[in-house]
Amino acid sequence: MLKYSEEHEWVKLEGDVVTVGITDFAQNELGDIVFVELPEPGTAVSAGGDMATVESFKAASSVYAPLSGEVVEINDTLEADPAQVNTDPMGNGWFVKIKIEDPAALDKLLDEDAYKKLTQ
Amino acid sequence: MLKRTALHELHQEREAKLAPFAGFDMPLYYRLGALNEHLFCREQAAVFDVSHMGQIEIKIKSFPADSAAETILSELEQLVPSDLLSLSIGQQRYGLLLKPDGGILDDLMVMHMGNHIRLVVNGACVEKDMDYLIGHFEDRLPASVIQLQRALVAVQGPMAEAVLSELIAGLGDLAFMRLGHFSFDGHEVQVSRSGYTGEDGFEVSLPNAAARVFVDAVCATGKAELAGLVARDSLRLEAGLCLYGQDMDEGISAMDAGLGWAVARVRRSGGAREGGFQGADRTLAEFKDGATWQRVGAHSCTNRPVRTGTPIFADEKATTVIGSVTSGSPAPSVGCPVVMIRLTVTHKISSGDVVWAEVRERRIALTVCDMPFFPHRFKRKRRK
Repeated sequence: MLKYSEEHEWVKLEGDVVTVGITDFAQNELGDIVFVELPEPGTAVSAGGDMATVESFKAASSVYAPLSGEVVEINDTLEADPAQVNTDPMGNGWFVKIKIEDPAALDKLLDEDAYKKLTQ
Repeated sequence: MLKRTALHELHQEREAKLAPFAGFDMPLYYRLGALNEHLFCREQAAVFDVSHMGQIEIKIKSFPADSAAETILSELEQLVPSDLLSLSIGQQRYGLLLKPDGGILDDLMVMHMGNHIRLVVNGACVEKDMDYLIGHFEDRLPASVIQLQRALVAVQGPMAEAVLSELIAGLGDLAFMRLGHFSFDGHEVQVSRSGYTGEDGFEVSLPNAAARVFVDAVCATGKAELAGLVARDSLRLEAGLCLYGQDMDEGISAMDAGLGWAVARVRRSGGAREGGFQGADRTLAEFKDGATWQRVGAHSCTNRPVRTGTPIFADEKATTVIGSVTSGSPAPSVGCPVVMIRLTVTHKISSGDVVWAEVRERRIALTVCDMPFFPHRFKRKRRK
């Protein structure tokens, strides 16, 4: 199941773990990504709170946690190749995996149609 | 309402990401992206719309042509501590427009146009510069100080001469910091061999009506790409060139900004035309006694960029801020992010020393190094 936040993250649910990244719209707005700062695995994140920082060529931007939970895995290939966020934002450019506290919270996120409307 | 340059329509057609800059709606980058625009400039040639910059003409109609320019330059020397009297026709020089208290009102280029003088100033400073210049000139001379409504286009990079030579005859004879009148498509244009990237290149002043045709022709050579303000900023930073409003401002003196070299020897204590310019007391005293700040360059050892405004500490645990980053950017041609730091002079420093930046509650080591970070490739010698 693929969901989106109003802050331009995508969320893909598998079991009780979600994979999180930023959307194609977001990477396009940011321009060339040169650095991604991810939380340590084990970090507790809360919905709407700071989760990561993405540095484009021009400026740094915060990435907010779309859901509350614990970071169980991070995409450490972004350290050597942050441009994956530009070239494959929905795939190899993923940021973190979060073990979520409350699967029902997913219902508050946007589905594909609602997200498309937001970015038009 | 944001102003638009004569090239605004082109920016939109080329899908530029636009943002307000100096009161204009300006391109940050185009489809290529800032990173590739930066690299393209270093490898081939980049075209920048810099029409937001102020082009100011100072004329004295009632004077004979040969004495007007010298009279204006002599008067300008009271505001700018450069050696302007030695400028020859077709030559330009960098200068600082100083306030009475020695703060930097703006930095600018002064061009000797033969019978008059042209200045190129920062876009965000045009109005205050005009007020300051008019206020100075109107009491003393029958001079007119006018802001020109012309486009300004920079073509920068190792291929710049080859690109422009296809469009404007005779450019190759210009040496660095020289300028001349040329013709393009029936329009009179002024071209100087100068720029803000550290590369060889040209800045072309032309009528607004000719701007679009000119830039289209430059791009049609296939050797140049449009580049926006983000790449312009990373290129100038790699070249160790200061940006007004960041690396210097009204609260900062020439010496604070590490721009003592822009105060000509002949205007310093013991020189033939010592002092006699606004802010001379402070400026000359700081040559003798030192300033409050120093400008130093440093690079990061990771690929984590360190941005403008980041506080600087002497070591990893220190609690006292000793300076701040005035410009910081990824530096693709250097290989690691670079910064200019405004550091208290009481912190003695030399190349290879480490200072610490605090980015999001984390201390990051920066190694002090010489500037420019990327070597200049100006064509200083006149071609035979």
